[in-house]
Amino acid sequence: MNNAVINMTFRFIVLVLVQVLILNNINFLGYINPYIYILFIILYPVKNSRTLFVFLSFLIGLSVDLFTDSGGVHAAASVFIAYIRPPILKFSFGTIYENQTIKFAQTEPGKRLIYFSILTVIHHFIIFSLEVFNMSDIILILQKTLFSSIFTILLCLLITVLFSKKPR
Amino acid sequence: MQQIINFVIRNKTFLLFLLLFVLSLALTIQSHSYHKSKFISSTNFLTGGIYNKANSIKAYFNLKKENEILVEENSRLKSLLYNYKILDENLTLIDSSFHENFKFKTATVIKNSYSHTKNYLTIDKGSNEGIKQDLGVITSKGIVGIIDNTTKNYSRVISILNTKSRINAQLKNSNHIGSLIWNTKSPEYVQLIDISKFAPVKVGDTIITGGQSSIFPKGIPIGTIATFAIDVNGDMYTLNIKLFNDMTNIGHVFIITNSDTDEIKSLEVPLDE
Repeated sequence: MNNAVINMTFRFIVLVLVQVLILNNINFLGYINPYIYILFIILYPVKNSRTLFVFLSFLIGLSVDLFTDSGGVHAAASVFIAYIRPPILKFSFGTIYENQTIKFAQTEPGKRLIYFSILTVIHHFIIFSLEVFNMSDIILILQKTLFSSIFTILLCLLITVLFSKKPR
Repeated sequence: MQQIINFVIRNKTFLLFLLLFVLSLALTIQSHSYHKSKFISSTNFLTGGIYNKANSIKAYFNLKKENEILVEENSRLKSLLYNYKILDENLTLIDSSFHENFKFKTATVIKNSYSHTKNYLTIDKGSNEGIKQDLGVITSKGIVGIIDNTTKNYSRVISILNTKSRINAQLKNSNHIGSLIWNTKSPEYVQLIDISKFAPVKVGDTIITGGQSSIFPKGIPIGTIATFAIDVNGDMYTLNIKLFNDMTNIGHVFIITNSDTDEIKSLEVPLDE
């Protein structure tokens, strides 16, 4: 248990630093940036307390906000996807989730892709709507959401494949 | 009472979610109004410190480019110096430095962004060095933005690539003034609106700061006109301006302090009432 807490803290700090020091400076084609800090929310253990989970998601969003001068944009999006995660887990993994024995490294790639995509698209849509804050620019919001989501999903899948322990 | 407590305990996740979500929405809304986004900013001790460390590494990779910019500016200043006989107001770029009331301080940019709709820069000088809110920030090539938040050692600059920014600007060869805004499309172009349709507008003309606010002295270069169009009402020009500055690559900046600001403000305040 103690080991898991240290592991989570380490993941939290590393993801925030990687996000703000490296990934926020990519600006592929001028505006496309991946937001991989949501991996923390996506991969948070299912069994742990939900209240703590929502609060930690808020904290990671707020830390990114602090670095990017974006008010509460990332905090709002992170807290939102943290709260709606259980129904999406149920939708994408079905009965395995019901038994509460889910291990992300051992799930089917197709289902994992669906799960990642739904959370990422919702998260990015909230970020960009709040950042632009103008519904007349809906095309801009959707465009940013689409391209950044593709980038984020690809990176997230790559990272989970690279850093997952081989199932024995 | 028992039921209320039970309700809170049963729905504690939802209530916490609601509280945090509303809190972050409030922070977001606050960040959209000028001069109010104080709490969440990258100028605090922790974020400023981390950006400073990261920048000290990154600065090595930009040394060559920085040197080129310095050499370029040196040669421009030299040519001004040796040709001083034909020096007139139109030739100097930062001519207002000759007036005593504008003073320049240098600073290093430790964080820059240009891909959002509200972009900010963080610089490594703060209130300890006399940096205050509402000072102008420029580079040797053109304007960068306005200081909006300072801590002891760091300050945050509202970039001209920010939908909140409105800067007074004018055509170089006539005195028609307008406001400089950004339509979020490209970090290379900004827009100048509210230019009277009687103004002589040509593609390639230079745009400079207007000197109507106490923030920037008159005559700091901004960019050249790339395209222009009459707006919907038919009596104002909207100009698309290509910036002299490469906003995606800014290393060192100058901060302008105007010692007359207080005097100008004290004159202007009674007029508003």
